[in-house]
Amino acid sequence: MIKKTIACLTLVSTAFWASTVVSGTLDNVKSKGELTLGVSEGVPGFSAPDDKGVWTGFDVDMGRAVAAAVLGDGDKIKYVPLASKQKIVAVSSGQVDITSRTTTWTMKRDAKQGVDFTVPVFYDGQGFLTTKASGVTSAKQLDGASVCVTSGTTSELNVADFARANGISLETVVFEGKKEAFHAYTSNRCDAFTTDMSQIASLRTTVANPDDHLILPEIFSKEPLSPLVKHGDNQWKDLVTWVINGLIEAEEKGITQANVLEMKASSQDPTVQRMLGVSGDVGSFINLDNDWLVRAIQTVGNYGEIYNRHFGPDTKLKIPRGLNNIWTNGGLLYAMPIR
Amino acid sequence: MQRKFLNLFIQAGVAGAVAFVSWTLFQNTQANLEARNIASGFDFMSVESGLPINDSLLPYEPSDTYGYAFFIGVLNTLYVSLLGIFAATAIGVLIGCARVSSNWLVSRLAAVYVEILRNVPLLLTLFFTYVVVLASLPHPRASLNPFTGIFINNRGFYLPAPVPYAGFWCVTAAVLLSFLMIFIISRVSKRKRDETGKGLPTLMIGASLLVAVPSLTWILSAPVVDFEFAVLKGFNFRGGLVLRPEFSALMIGLVLYTAAFIAENVRSGIQSVNKGQVEAAKALGVKSSLTMRRIILPQALRVSIPATTNDYTSLVKNSSLAVAIGYPDMVSVGGTIIGQNDQAIEIIGLWMAVYLAINLVVSAIMNWLNAKVQVVER
Amino acid sequence: MQKPAAREKFKPLASEPAPIGLIGPIGWVRANLFNGWFNSFLTIICVAFLGVIIPPFCSWMFFDAVWFGDSETCRAASGACWTFIGHKLQVFLIGPYPTSEIWRPAAAAVLLAALILATTLRLGNKYFLVILWLLYPCAAYFLINGGWFLPRVDQSRWGGLMLSIGLALVGILVSVPLGILLALGRRSRIIAVKSLCVGIIEPIRGVPLITILFMASVMMPLFLPEHLQINNMLRVQIGIILFSSAYMAEVVRGGLQAVPRGQIEAATALGLNYWKMNYLVVIPQALRNVLPSLIGRCIALFKDTSLVIIVGLLDFLGAAKAAAQDSNWLGYDAEAYVFCALIYWVICFGMSRYGRSIEARTTVHH
Repeated sequence: MIKKTIACLTLVSTAFWASTVVSGTLDNVKSKGELTLGVSEGVPGFSAPDDKGVWTGFDVDMGRAVAAAVLGDGDKIKYVPLASKQKIVAVSSGQVDITSRTTTWTMKRDAKQGVDFTVPVFYDGQGFLTTKASGVTSAKQLDGASVCVTSGTTSELNVADFARANGISLETVVFEGKKEAFHAYTSNRCDAFTTDMSQIASLRTTVANPDDHLILPEIFSKEPLSPLVKHGDNQWKDLVTWVINGLIEAEEKGITQANVLEMKASSQDPTVQRMLGVSGDVGSFINLDNDWLVRAIQTVGNYGEIYNRHFGPDTKLKIPRGLNNIWTNGGLLYAMPIR
Repeated sequence: MQRKFLNLFIQAGVAGAVAFVSWTLFQNTQANLEARNIASGFDFMSVESGLPINDSLLPYEPSDTYGYAFFIGVLNTLYVSLLGIFAATAIGVLIGCARVSSNWLVSRLAAVYVEILRNVPLLLTLFFTYVVVLASLPHPRASLNPFTGIFINNRGFYLPAPVPYAGFWCVTAAVLLSFLMIFIISRVSKRKRDETGKGLPTLMIGASLLVAVPSLTWILSAPVVDFEFAVLKGFNFRGGLVLRPEFSALMIGLVLYTAAFIAENVRSGIQSVNKGQVEAAKALGVKSSLTMRRIILPQALRVSIPATTNDYTSLVKNSSLAVAIGYPDMVSVGGTIIGQNDQAIEIIGLWMAVYLAINLVVSAIMNWLNAKVQVVER
Repeated sequence: MQKPAAREKFKPLASEPAPIGLIGPIGWVRANLFNGWFNSFLTIICVAFLGVIIPPFCSWMFFDAVWFGDSETCRAASGACWTFIGHKLQVFLIGPYPTSEIWRPAAAAVLLAALILATTLRLGNKYFLVILWLLYPCAAYFLINGGWFLPRVDQSRWGGLMLSIGLALVGILVSVPLGILLALGRRSRIIAVKSLCVGIIEPIRGVPLITILFMASVMMPLFLPEHLQINNMLRVQIGIILFSSAYMAEVVRGGLQAVPRGQIEAATALGLNYWKMNYLVVIPQALRNVLPSLIGRCIALFKDTSLVIIVGLLDFLGAAKAAAQDSNWLGYDAEAYVFCALIYWVICFGMSRYGRSIEARTTVHH
């Protein structure tokens, strides 16, 4: 009896001990054969399952680009829906390889919470949504109003800061999930709803009468949304960073999903040749073969195409590009040189 | 001798295994915390929180520290638990007595209530109360106004807030004084009844004291209290006493749920009293209300107090469900703090410490009560 | 002796029926509803209360309700919208499980129904049934998870009633033996074992289940080494098992205390060692003593699985909540929660009835 116990304990402890070798995420993904992607629980436009349960969205496309670059197939992804509170821990604990989940790049998260951000893919800001019936035209008129907000987000902290900075008092009602917070707003528990502007636009499309609701003009925080990876795995971080840089640079150079193969065959631009693997071996810098960017663009297109697919004028969301345009068009997207 | 050696060996083995597992876990945790850049220790308690908490007993601003925010959460938990215990006991005893009533309709209704609430999860009751019942209340601009100064809408129950003057404390002192006098009179009456068989009419004397003394003090020390009414300004009502829908839903759900369990305890307690007691009381001509009060209930209490202790500690623990409907109790605030700075181990340790402390206090009080009602055997 | 003269036999009067006011329905009403002025007063209040509550409730639930149709019909009607439940039934029952593999949870459900039927009707040998119950979770896990020749369905897609029942079933099957071990350990005379068991039982019983779930969900990844990470559902299951074991341990401890000391002494005298004695003599009696409380704990465990929504799992209650927040079907929270409550009530009430029937069967009458 005692012997059995000791034997069991030895086995268990050996299992704990034998595992001191830490392998990098890239090797992990390659050996698994699929990319574990953290997504939201369903935010239209960014990451949401459609009727058949297939995940689509802006964030999803970023993940698919990485999967295509590394594994050759943008569909080799395991989607893990994450609640707001879990999104950082899921990455820092290695539960997911990469999270693209409308996460704001803040100092605390980057430096103190065991994650690293890659490239801002969406420059967002926080705003308020309220009903037209309330007669409010500016956020500063919301003194005494109750505001629904999601717990564990930067929105919660920002709205308190906004109230303090502008000398108004807001009754914040905090909910566990964004859907719940929005549901409470639409059932009139709160006078206003606050989160990032892009998500306000996306959630507004889900109500019966979107025109009854007004997005107030004040944008009172900087919310650069960026995919994040685990802290300390520089090889993986570089890979993801440069895949996304590649998508942005592709829009700058006019490489689209339709013409990528043609560009690869016939372009004379040295930058394009380097990017698409015709010359040089930039792929090896991030431990990939030379077709990494070709595959990524074939799967999801360049940044502009991804944006238009989910937020363009043909979609329900219709978010103007604004700051989310390449620098030559007056936006903030500036890809680092691929050489 | 061999047996003793075996025991020692087992003890050493178990202690060694526990130490080994603990040490391995400790090492793993250290490594993981470092890898994720998560701080350790309670320094975060003195950092400014920035968290908005809209329902607090003491004044709170987002510029206060994490430690103070957590303390507000603890106060809320204690507040809900205390109110809940009293309300649930009152309602539970009522329903328990109704359950054994001779009125068929009343006992069946009580049975239906108990069966429904005991077999449905508390979280479901909370959600139902919060999302369906309270959310269907009207918008502040169209509030229900049953009495002056009382407004009911989907942002809360608004009551007039009392603003005390100096006279208020005099009246409070007078009320306490009259309670003390009633207590003394009841002791005197009991002793007189033990000696002569006929006590004083405590009910009459007590009632008149309770009415007369405070009223006299009120008249003599006016002004006593003023009321601040809630007024609709802009979006919501301001001023007055507010019971937010989150708090109301939590209280209603907790109290109704725990009352069902307490009712069952009371019922089994009453039914455990020997039928012979009731028959003897009838034979002696004792009134039925007196039978209930002086013969059945004291004996029933003896049986139901241990089970009720369990229900009280359950109520305290169930108050943690506030996190699901947004009431800022200890678990809710702690969870938000974990979401901000990932120091889960410290916060969870604090939770465990506070809940264990509350449970110890409640168990100690109930054990004292239990000891007091035990039959003193000769 | 001469026979006494035949007398007129005593002819009693014909018995009349009892007064109408004392028998039959009127008598019953007088005895149960109107006996005494206080009771009459209460009856009148109750009838008034029922009169105010029942008609609107019935018209909402049944008469004005919409049974077929779509979202438009529902919005136009004033009653409950049961088509909403029909549309969302799949999400309620199995969560986001892929529709193409729906036969797998269905098969697991059929097996479970068969097992429940066999147990309640007491078909077959008792030990055979116990073995079947212990094997069932493995079979169900294989069916629902996949692997070998069935395509895998990831655990993030498990949800609904299937997840609730799964968590509860595995919780019960593992926590009862674990609880028995803890209870035995707590009664042990070896101080280390006893302190270990008390050190496990008391803190777990003193904190709410939510704290344990948070610990399992958030803290366990910190305790385990990097690559030995387990997914969220398994962590939550472990948390539920730990929590339930502590309570089962206390219940079993009560039962162990009620086993007469003579049994243990007799068993020792017969030469049974510690484990044989417990297995053959003490535990069966202890369990029989506390069977009602054990079943009560099982019911409580099933209800407690509804808390997993707070750590991100989509169980039955979570599915109801999510369904009510679907943007195409807004405003039907009441229907979702009423349906959810109905199913929970049926299952819990059924379990408590079964418990009472076992109790009636196994009570040892001295």
